[in-house]
Amino acid sequence: MSLALTPEEWQAVRLSLEVATRSVAVSLVPAVGIAWLLARGRFPGRMLLDALVHLPLVVPPVVVGWGLLMLFGIRGPIGGPLHDWFGIRLVFTTEGAALATAVMSFPLIVRSVRLGIESVDPGLEAAARTLGAGPMDRFVTVTLPLMSPGILAGAVTAFAAGLGEFGAVITFVSNIPGETQTLPLAIYSATQTAGGDATAARLAAIAFALAVAGLLLAELLARRMHRWLGRA
Amino acid sequence: MVEVALHHRYDRDGFALEAAFAAPPRGVTTLFGPSGCGKSTILAAVAGLLRPRQGRVALDGMVLLDTAAGIFVAPERRRCGVVFQDARLFPHLSVETNLRYGLRRAPREAEGPGFEEVVALLGIGHLLARRPAGLSGGERQRVALGRALLSRPRMLLMDEPLAALDAARRTEVLPFLARLRDAARMPILYVTHALEEVDALADHLVVLDHGRVLAEGPVAEIALRTDLPLAARRDAGVLLDCTVLAAPEGGLARLGFAGGELLTTLHPGAVGTRLRVRLRARDVAVAVQEPQGISTQNVLPATLAEIRPAGEPQEVFLRLAVGPSTVLARITRDSLERLALRPGMPVWALLKAVTFDHRVAAPPEHAP
Repeated sequence: MSLALTPEEWQAVRLSLEVATRSVAVSLVPAVGIAWLLARGRFPGRMLLDALVHLPLVVPPVVVGWGLLMLFGIRGPIGGPLHDWFGIRLVFTTEGAALATAVMSFPLIVRSVRLGIESVDPGLEAAARTLGAGPMDRFVTVTLPLMSPGILAGAVTAFAAGLGEFGAVITFVSNIPGETQTLPLAIYSATQTAGGDATAARLAAIAFALAVAGLLLAELLARRMHRWLGRA
Repeated sequence: MVEVALHHRYDRDGFALEAAFAAPPRGVTTLFGPSGCGKSTILAAVAGLLRPRQGRVALDGMVLLDTAAGIFVAPERRRCGVVFQDARLFPHLSVETNLRYGLRRAPREAEGPGFEEVVALLGIGHLLARRPAGLSGGERQRVALGRALLSRPRMLLMDEPLAALDAARRTEVLPFLARLRDAARMPILYVTHALEEVDALADHLVVLDHGRVLAEGPVAEIALRTDLPLAARRDAGVLLDCTVLAAPEGGLARLGFAGGELLTTLHPGAVGTRLRVRLRARDVAVAVQEPQGISTQNVLPATLAEIRPAGEPQEVFLRLAVGPSTVLARITRDSLERLALRPGMPVWALLKAVTFDHRVAAPPEHAP
């Protein structure tokens, strides 16, 4: 068995990295906003929002993919206008795969960012206020740096989880090589193909290595950040 | 001048605050009282970090809060430099960036001591590149003092700045507080439950208990009151502003005060140094004849001005006039009857030279 990846296999790896990166890029800012509302907001419906955000963790991924298909399909209530007015199609595209991945990993980022926000001592923000810092000023100079380990941890976790997203992706955007066939989908296809054992083994090894690398990177970055924040 | 009038109630435990006082435009006004008396709540309301149900806070005629008129100036625009008990330095910023945080946000026209001056005043020049996590508790508090002062505030608010420190660190930071007090040309509200900090720093005292102001006035006057909970303390007694007349010889330094001199084992510094000493009432003995052959170094001729009840039924306070100064003595009723003490009697007040606490207690430079 050759250890070298075929061009098709490389394509799946690259596509997975691209989809995971785009999903994190899309969800990071909204996730910080939602996490802020959940951590600091006092409004009716906060628990409902909390439940809604966590839904992808408990609903079967296939159901999430089906829901996206209903909403973002070219005849769906969101996908229709997107397609008719802007010519944007998410179904069967890489962008769609990124969206499905983003929805699935959204609760992971929100949870992590929320922990980050809750670890910020409100007393430091009060101190910044007394020193003349307005709301945006204190958010940028005090809160954001102090919650950044949570943001970073959330992003890395979501990225690592996004590399392996299967159910929602295959349901929403199908399994098109070069377009939506990410690493797990390629492994699945290989196991369904006669003589695909070597491909499956190689890709599984890559998936494993990426996951481990992701965890190590997260740990390393967390340590650096804590040192930077003076938490030793 | 700082005018404060507050009414607040916590729904949690029903604690009610009903306090009003005025602080002079310069010098340290100490809010003094036991834990839970509402002193920190008052400070938070003055800083704007707490919104009282009703109240008015004005600084030199500028209204910061007036619930009746619907005025609430946001804390970031009040320009109150706050020093918290737990320093609250930003952990992700260097000491220097921490110090400059308020300075960078101060209005351009605001006047105040410069960066170098404050750094020198607080002796923190060697810490500038460090992170707060690497500092000792005392160093952190000194940086916090500098950060507050450098924000060019109109008023300084200190919430038990020494309470989180051990005795050694407190002794380290206290002289810096005294220097800052003398350098800051603004009112300082200082919250504490430690009498030694009152002695060392306060000009004006507001005594609080259960959310109410029990007494308010110059610290030396309040120390004379025998009707306050303060008088029940072991260390109750008068404060005397003294000047060093002679440096220690044979281990004894000579201090002058209005009405006489005191010999003390304190090491108060060079001749001319001014300091404030506390004469604990329980350490003052009284004689009706000039005592002979006695070890006590300070035998001051005095007049018994007044006899007042003490908290304990078997004890009384004597107000003794020593020249223009007043000294409190706490003696038993038994002694009072035995010596047939009556107001107007000439007596001798006896004070051991070793009775004074060994600590630096620099008085306000504009003390009377």
